[in-house]
Amino acid sequence: MEENMKDIILEYVIEEYCDEEDDEVTFDTPLISGGLVDSFSMVSLKRFLENKYKISIPDADASPEAFDSVNKIETLVKRFL
Amino acid sequence: MAYSNKVQELYQSQLKSIQDAGLFKQERFIHSSQAADIEVEFPTGSSLNKVINVCANNYLGLSSHPEVIKAAHEGLDTRGYGMSSVRFICGTQDIHRELERKVSEFLGTEDTILFPSCMDANAGVFEAILTSDDVMISDRLVHASIIDGMRLCPAQHDTFKHSNMEHLEKKLQLHANKRLKIVINDGVYSMDGDTAKMDEIAALCEKYDALLFVDESHSSGFIGKTGRGTHEKYGVMDKVDVITTTFGKALGGASGGCVSGRKEIVEMCRQKARPYLFSNTIAPVVVSGVLRVLDILSQSTERRDKLEENTKFWRKGLTEAGFVLKDGDTPIVPVMLFNAKLSQDFSRDLFDLGVYAIGFFFPVVPQGAARIRTQISAGHEMHHLEKALDAFIKVGKKYDILGKTKQEIIEMYGS
Repeated sequence: MEENMKDIILEYVIEEYCDEEDDEVTFDTPLISGGLVDSFSMVSLKRFLENKYKISIPDADASPEAFDSVNKIETLVKRFL
Repeated sequence: MAYSNKVQELYQSQLKSIQDAGLFKQERFIHSSQAADIEVEFPTGSSLNKVINVCANNYLGLSSHPEVIKAAHEGLDTRGYGMSSVRFICGTQDIHRELERKVSEFLGTEDTILFPSCMDANAGVFEAILTSDDVMISDRLVHASIIDGMRLCPAQHDTFKHSNMEHLEKKLQLHANKRLKIVINDGVYSMDGDTAKMDEIAALCEKYDALLFVDESHSSGFIGKTGRGTHEKYGVMDKVDVITTTFGKALGGASGGCVSGRKEIVEMCRQKARPYLFSNTIAPVVVSGVLRVLDILSQSTERRDKLEENTKFWRKGLTEAGFVLKDGDTPIVPVMLFNAKLSQDFSRDLFDLGVYAIGFFFPVVPQGAARIRTQISAGHEMHHLEKALDAFIKVGKKYDILGKTKQEIIEMYGS
């Protein structure tokens, strides 16, 4: 289940944010601090997680730090499951 | 709270962090008018350096044009210096409305409303025309002022990959149930110099019943056959619902901006846009200057044609010299260096050789995409461009990057 959630998030991140020429993204790749995802575009990821896992992530918790890698996102999502 | 030592130290520490990150912005004082040739004091306190400016938004060379200056003088003499009022109290002169009419005519729109800047236009327009029932779908590389404007608006927002029409279409499908959808783009993207695919975007907007918004700040006056903008270049003059643009770049370069487009949308801005309601509009002296600019551009395409020729020469020269450029055909020509430090060193060496161009690096551009952004002007004569090209080649040789690929430069300097 844990691996599955990470895989699902990673797949979404790649499809939503990456272009062909981008480097490979892993569970630890810094998404926001690394410049792959800008904080403004993060909103679609938040919406995806909320719909997929039927949760509501308060804005105060949806910080760039909490969204900075697939691993961190999984931790965040689990808090609200 | 008093400005205690604690508060002072807090700010000092934040400023130091900015410095340590290499992101501290320092102004360079220009002691002359804005033009192809400028006199710059840099570093502060040093003697003046005469340099060729290849980093201004002075695309049409009108910033110090004698006719524009004369018109501004006349405006100052006949309409005074300031309005001391917002527009809807007693801050509107006949020339403000005249400029709104002239801009509408120039851009081919129904109506226009002036704002103190295009930053203000973008900050105010979305909140004025959208509600929480609507969605804003923006290209990921739109200007920061648009992002600020979207943040101020209660409508939902979403983004699509830069100029990726498939991704945009997916997003339009995803938000099909919203009351209003608006697709938001820059006409010309200021860091890469590429243009929005306005024809394809307009077709998608039509297919999915979405409004089309474009910021033409780096387009108005010179993109398209007669310089009306990207909507002219792509043959969709009648398909754009909202245009924002600035008078602070090609159109005289002073200040001010506007929202132009469907008359109801413009009227909504007049009733509701906060930067319009709570700030003085453009000063009469600037309005008079912009009116003259639009006259000049409506009479002849000479300046935009010269800009096009200059841009071709510059791109060809840099390409033949072996630089890596971003593709495009606009006067924004980014010379790719990939490494942040190299971009700073390159810029400093150019300055020493009499050429003023700035290095850009993360977070202004993506990590590993540092560059010198050059901007060509109709105010450049051939001798300016030849001298600037010569300097670029000299510095390029110094760092041994001519003829090298992206990968080779990254291997030499890192990304």
